[in-house]
Amino acid sequence: MNAPMSFEGQDRKNQTRERLVVIGNGMAGCRAVEEILARDADRFDIAIFGAEPRVNYNRIMLSPVLAGEKTFDEIVINSAEWYEENGIRLISGDPVVEIDRETQTVIAQSGRVELYDRLLIATGSDPFIIPVPGKDLPGVITFRDLDDVDKMLAAAEKGGSAVVIGGGLLGLEAAHGLSLRGMKVTVVHLMPTLMERQLDEAAGWLLKEELERRGQTILTGADTAEIFDKEGHVAGVRLKDGREIPADLVVMAVGIRPATALAKSAGLDVERGIMVDDDMVTSDPAIMAVGECVQHRGTCYGLVAPLWEMCRALADAATGDPSGYEGSVTSTKLKVSGIDVFSAGDFSGGDDCEDIVMRDAARGIYKRVVVKENKLIGAVLYGDTTDGNWYFDLLKKGEDVSDTREALIFGQAFASGGALADPNSAVAALSDDAEICGCNGVSKGTIVKTIQAGACSLDAVRSQCKASASCGSCTVLVESLLAMSLGDEVQSGPKTLCKCTSFTHGDVRRLILEKELKAIPQVMQELHWTTPDGCATCRPALNYYLLCAWPGEYDDDQKSRFVNERLHANIQKDGTYSVVPRMWGGMTTPNELRAIADAAEKYGARTVKVTGGQRIDLFGIRKEDLPAIWGDLNAAGMVSGHAYGKALRTVKTCVGSEWCRFGTQDSTGLGVKIERMTWGSWMPHKFKIAVSGCPRNCAEATIKDFGVVCVDSGYELHVAGNGGIKVRATDLLCKVETEEEALQICAAFIQFYREDAYYLERTAPWVERVGLDYVKSALFDDPDSVRRFAARFRISQEHSQDDPWAKRAGGEAAELHQHLAEVRPFQMENA
Amino acid sequence: MIGEWLDVGPVDQIAPGSARTLPVQGGEEIAIFRTINNAFHALVNKCPHKQGPLSQGIIHGGAVTCPLHNWNISLTTGEALGDDAGCVPVIPLRVDAGRIYLLREAVIGSGPKPVAKAA
Ligand code: SRM
Ligand SMILES: Cc1cc2nc3c(=O)[nH]c(=O)nc-3n(C[C@H](O)[C@H](O)[C@H](O)COP(=O)(O)OP(=O)(O)OC[C@H]3O[C@@H](n4cnc5c(N)ncnc54)[C@H](O)[C@@H]3O)c2cc1C
Ligand code: SF4
Ligand code: FES
Repeated sequence: MNAPMSFEGQDRKNQTRERLVVIGNGMAGCRAVEEILARDADRFDIAIFGAEPRVNYNRIMLSPVLAGEKTFDEIVINSAEWYEENGIRLISGDPVVEIDRETQTVIAQSGRVELYDRLLIATGSDPFIIPVPGKDLPGVITFRDLDDVDKMLAAAEKGGSAVVIGGGLLGLEAAHGLSLRGMKVTVVHLMPTLMERQLDEAAGWLLKEELERRGQTILTGADTAEIFDKEGHVAGVRLKDGREIPADLVVMAVGIRPATALAKSAGLDVERGIMVDDDMVTSDPAIMAVGECVQHRGTCYGLVAPLWEMCRALADAATGDPSGYEGSVTSTKLKVSGIDVFSAGDFSGGDDCEDIVMRDAARGIYKRVVVKENKLIGAVLYGDTTDGNWYFDLLKKGEDVSDTREALIFGQAFASGGALADPNSAVAALSDDAEICGCNGVSKGTIVKTIQAGACSLDAVRSQCKASASCGSCTVLVESLLAMSLGDEVQSGPKTLCKCTSFTHGDVRRLILEKELKAIPQVMQELHWTTPDGCATCRPALNYYLLCAWPGEYDDDQKSRFVNERLHANIQKDGTYSVVPRMWGGMTTPNELRAIADAAEKYGARTVKVTGGQRIDLFGIRKEDLPAIWGDLNAAGMVSGHAYGKALRTVKTCVGSEWCRFGTQDSTGLGVKIERMTWGSWMPHKFKIAVSGCPRNCAEATIKDFGVVCVDSGYELHVAGNGGIKVRATDLLCKVETEEEALQICAAFIQFYREDAYYLERTAPWVERVGLDYVKSALFDDPDSVRRFAARFRISQEHSQDDPWAKRAGGEAAELHQHLAEVRPFQMENA
Repeated sequence: MIGEWLDVGPVDQIAPGSARTLPVQGGEEIAIFRTINNAFHALVNKCPHKQGPLSQGIIHGGAVTCPLHNWNISLTTGEALGDDAGCVPVIPLRVDAGRIYLLREAVIGSGPKPVAKAA
């Protein structure tokens, strides 16, 4: 090679200063140079290569530029003069393509070659592109540099709609900017909650709600299958579930990968990032690296704060006074105007940690701090982030917080407020007209008077003066007032739903309807749950209450379901499952029996048993085989028997008038009709029905949740029987003359039970609690009630009568049935 | 370090609030949990009470409720919580670059070197 032009004046022998070449004119590269100049301005002869054709700017401010809150000029960090004044040669718009460690040169795309004594790699990250068809179409872009912003602005100029793939920090900032620029924006996010790496479920849900209120469409749990085009330009995104979202612009913001290609081909040690030591030196002592492209002590960073610390350590070492970088704790804020979100540290929780949660539904605030061994280890704040820095500081310093523990969640002002830190004395200090319950406008004085007039429990206060009866956020204050006024005489109220809430089942059910709550995190926020994500008691209950309140609208939450309902089979003591196909009214056919026999053999059912519910149970099926055995049973016309569910179980019948010499009506036929009407329905508890053809009652209808006893003149309808732990014979509800009436009242009774009973309360204890008259009056006082209840039941059934087995056999939720992987010893693998 | 860790697959194969299983030939089946707030833990898939498959329980906070008799088991220590007593082995786990790694020797003790194979 003839000496290229740029070699001029680069003769090593004549040089007086060490040559420092920097690859990457970004945030870390330039900051490192600034730090070096501050320590020893004359030490190096500096050249910086930048792939971008511009000076150094503040990349994080691209979001405000996109949103129209800042211009590019306002976010420039170092102008052209800075480079000049400091004698730095900036070679912009010319990426380095090769590092030759032997000759200590770098070669740029233009062919330009620079010699170095010390090299600094600060190449940042590349946006990750998900490998779906259409990813290279015009109109599909990422969000990393000013060119990307310009492309988004050009697209937004034309209006139309945009899809942002990725609901993390970057994606949401892109979506916010684009929607301010007038585009109709849909965010497609793979995980169930937004920003799941920075936020917990509760905060992620609040964020989603707020963005939706601002007009964005947020699709969570949405997996992109393909980006499709129209005449060569992007036209939309197709999801794996088949949904199509039209788009003129697709922004991929699913994550970043450290830009390591150059370092790797130069033979430096690279894992996820370029490996560096505490002085930011790579495996080649002449080469340093800094910024998002590095991996330090196993960690790669994607935020700027750690870069500043890295740059300090780098400059110290490069100028001969090494200090060592020890890694960073990071915190996150979302830059979307009007939405305050903060998180720091570890908030994954765990039983060795203590969660302190404060929710204020009226003001849209959720705060959670996590304390472990008397130290703050994590914080998530939504709606009010004023104390974010204070928490972050406590966290980084690892300070002991046992003294301020009680008041920690109320923030710095409160926690350092001495006597006020004790909630009881804080309440005592309030004046009588201070408002305690904001929802119902109840003052401290009124509450104290109510207590003095005999309200000795939280519940009594709630019903007599309405304080704390709506959102519950003042419960702690009311409890303090009770304690102050009554001391030990406070009566504990009726049992709350679980330890996560001060509300009872009844309150929760009522408030779900009143406040139109439609998701579990929403209930927890609005009703001030004291835990971040509930427990094994409240989650299934809330899931049922929401399912019952909003049929067709509420998305069943699988992770809140007991295993049997998640796997649609009963778990057995050895971890295998039993399979019980439905046999309508206890009727079967040779064809069904043959299919059951075949399935029993094919899947190795170790026991085949006729159940007490007039059908056949196959035991010992492995979870991996469930979809296949269901597929086989479906093929013979059978569906799930819901033997596993808080749902309709069986409708037992006797043979009835068709054969029996005493039969008065077609009990078998009616039983089948009832089962066809009621199967698939989710209930507070399991629900069993029987129809007997005469008062001899061979189907044991008088110990069922709903029992029909046929008589000559019609049908006696019985309710609230139980043959289980505590036997209870039914109560007679009414007598009707026709099958139609029997069916209608059955539907109405079930619906009333569904809407009124507490989760895990069977009809027998429910009726014992509320009284038969209450049930009768709900159903019969208003002549139209039965029709209305039955109509609601039928609407709900429209959304639940699809066989869950068929969906699973068709491949839905396959991961529930498959192992993640298998581990076997090498030897066996090779054999 | 990497050599001692067994790559068992990408994190997105486990939905938040659920668990997946990992049978080990010649060893105990392992349950890998992802909490609702995206922490990952691995335990031997056997309840200390009567060997219930913990992978099938409801996950809440940092604990799982056994599907057989509702014991609550800590995902971090493997200990039964509350009044119950017992402990199940914890398998050291780490997540790196979107993949889940288990400590090799904990997976099958000091037996032959294992490899993971996608199911
Ligand atoms: C299979 C079966 C026994 C049998 O071999 O016949 C059975 C088996 C179980 N019963 Fe039952 N019950 C079975 C009929 C009954 C009956 C008889 C009936 O339905 O006519 C009763 C008494 C009637 C009643 O419910 O009022 C009955 C009262 C119970 C109870 C007590 C319920 C109560 O309210 O007190 C439980 C416990 C519970 O639900 O909490 C229970 C719970 C169970 C569970 C689900 C225990 C469990 O949680 O694992 C058993 C596992 C079933 C499985 O398939 O793995 N089983 N169980 C019967 C299945 C019927 C079906 O086809 O679906
Ligand atoms: C839109 C947006 C918003 C953000 N918001 C925040 C925030 O609010 N808070 C926060 O902490 N962080 C935020 N970040 C992340 C932050 O910007 C990065 O952590 C930071 O910029 C990383 O600095 P860096 O120097 O390592 O990489 P960069 O700033 O990306 O710099 C690397 C530079 O190297 C150049 N380069 C790459 N390869 C070559 C080559 N071969 N030759 C020459 N040049 C090359 C690149 O073109 C680039 O200019 C945001 C990022 C983006 C994109
Ligand atoms: S009676 Fe007891 S042992 Fe028998 S099936 Fe029912 S729950 Fe199981
Ligand atoms: S086996 Fe787990 S609780 Fe009994």
